Amino acid sequence: MINLAFKEISYSWVRYVLTAAGLGLLIGVTLTMTGLVRGMMDDAVALIRGTHADLWVVQDDTMGPYAESSTLYDDVSRNISGLPGVAEASNVAYLTVQVRHAGKDIRAQVAGFEKNKPGEPPYLVSGRPILQSRYEAIADIKSGFRLGDKIGIRRTELTVVGLTKGMVSSGGDPVVFVTMKDAQDIQFQKDNTTIYNERNRLSANPKLNRPGSPGLLQAVTDSQQSNQKVNAVLVRLTPGFDPDTVAETIRRWKHFEVYTYEQMRQILQERVIINALRQLGMFMVILAIVSTAIIALIIYNMTMGKIREIAVLKLIGAKNKTIISMILQQAWGLGIIGYIVGNATATTLAPLFPKRVELLVFDSFVAFLIILLICSLASLVAIRAALKVQPASAIGG
Amino acid sequence: MEAIRMDNLVKTYGSGSTAVHAIKNVSLYVNPGEVVGLLGPSGSGKTTLLQCLGAVIDPTAGRIELNGETIFDNGWKLSDLRALRRDKIGFVFQAAYLIPFLSVLDNVALLPMLAEQSNAMARKRAMELLTILEVEHRAHAKPSELSGGEQQRVAIARAMANQPPFILADEPTAPLDSERSLIVMKLLARLAQEYNTAIMVVTHDDIIIPRFKRLYRLRDGVAHEEAGQGLPFPD
Repeated sequence: MINLAFKEISYSWVRYVLTAAGLGLLIGVTLTMTGLVRGMMDDAVALIRGTHADLWVVQDDTMGPYAESSTLYDDVSRNISGLPGVAEASNVAYLTVQVRHAGKDIRAQVAGFEKNKPGEPPYLVSGRPILQSRYEAIADIKSGFRLGDKIGIRRTELTVVGLTKGMVSSGGDPVVFVTMKDAQDIQFQKDNTTIYNERNRLSANPKLNRPGSPGLLQAVTDSQQSNQKVNAVLVRLTPGFDPDTVAETIRRWKHFEVYTYEQMRQILQERVIINALRQLGMFMVILAIVSTAIIALIIYNMTMGKIREIAVLKLIGAKNKTIISMILQQAWGLGIIGYIVGNATATTLAPLFPKRVELLVFDSFVAFLIILLICSLASLVAIRAALKVQPASAIGG
Repeated sequence: MEAIRMDNLVKTYGSGSTAVHAIKNVSLYVNPGEVVGLLGPSGSGKTTLLQCLGAVIDPTAGRIELNGETIFDNGWKLSDLRALRRDKIGFVFQAAYLIPFLSVLDNVALLPMLAEQSNAMARKRAMELLTILEVEHRAHAKPSELSGGEQQRVAIARAMANQPPFILADEPTAPLDSERSLIVMKLLARLAQEYNTAIMVVTHDDIIIPRFKRLYRLRDGVAHEEAGQGLPFPD
């Protein structure tokens, strides 16, 4: 039996392919959005995954430094490291900053870490680890920095000695790793005018600048010039210890909030970026509905354009399934060509997006099945119209 | 035995005071190998009669027999009219109505293929018919590339493809000039003779009407049989 759908497509293939390509652009946008969602979800956990920690100890009643402000003293890690089941505990500090480089400001997340402990950069794609205790940095390649670049963060100038890949904050900003000392300094650093004004304000305070206490003003000033605070303590467990049990011990005896990797992942993916994901999800639903409507309209118009031929086919004895098969095959053809164009569009556009677009083979396969389903659903109106055509309409005009 | 026979056929649309009696007790027949004309002005019930003969609408009452097989009988009808149309009735329309995206060969081969013949057999049969109708050189062209006369020959080949005992031709010469009309009618008459096929031709064409040996004139839903002049076709 002749494949009527293929014959008709071959007859006017330019129009058909152009229509499918237009549809493909719409599918490409949808696939790109799916990739954006995947990219955001992966970016959200990139930093915590890279720390290789088992537990995150944070300020009580908070969700940790990735979601909200969390402050601990830097000696907490020493207390925690003495608990049973704790192999290593280390301080980490995070802050989002504008990094100056080559006359431009680049938004980045500074991560302060302790050498050879949880929280240090997982692997380097170029350069070397930080060897000095101060003024060296390891940056993610997404920042655009290169080895040897001098970058300015507030009043501190650092030299980029190593590069990582895929280390971004939950917001997608590249991470710049620095030593804990540098991170604490950067967090606390103020400009000269502010320091000058604060000193004047303290010395003008009669309670702090009393004649009978000559060292008091200096002590208060010194305390404000140093920073012993960190944002979280990362814990690596001794093999064989249950994370939940150790977490419960820390909660009960140290009065801090503790999260396992899974809990931290949930906070990041299901709370911190959830609104952005919902936003994109809504767009994807709208795009799916629009695509269905467009495919339905295209297929309906194609079917109505050959309604006389359908009546003749029915008159000369074609079965309904022949007509249905022709309409469905044309709809699927649109979907398949649209999918190929859409995939090519998404793959081409993905690197141009400022945020990571993660195109997974699995998502692509699911999208293909959804497109075929949408094409089938969109054909229903046209099939109904075709089946309603009476063969009698071919006779006598 | 007649190829097609219709006895006391009635077709009424609607009911009660709004009922329209499109056909009133029409009886007619066409013998195998015979070409019979059906004439009638607009609104005479011609289209309804054709649709009943083509087994696409059910008559209200009466009986239709095709090749000795009853297809309608006072409310009863054959269960698979689609297969009957495919295998036993050929259709030729005023505007050819070829499938525009199929080649001439595939347009003709489509019918045997619908009857589940193999593609090779169907195309062989189609090529034979195209050769008989002298359009084999256009076998791979699309219908839009053909002249009106050629399109109508292909439509006739399609109608003949399953060797039906009865062909219904609805104003097949309407879009053609006098010369081509006569050529098409001569072809139909030849095919009727060669394949022993009964052909009923609906026409208004003054060039064609004198060629029928027998015809039916339909007026206000009533058919009258008349003897035609039976003029020969010019060579």
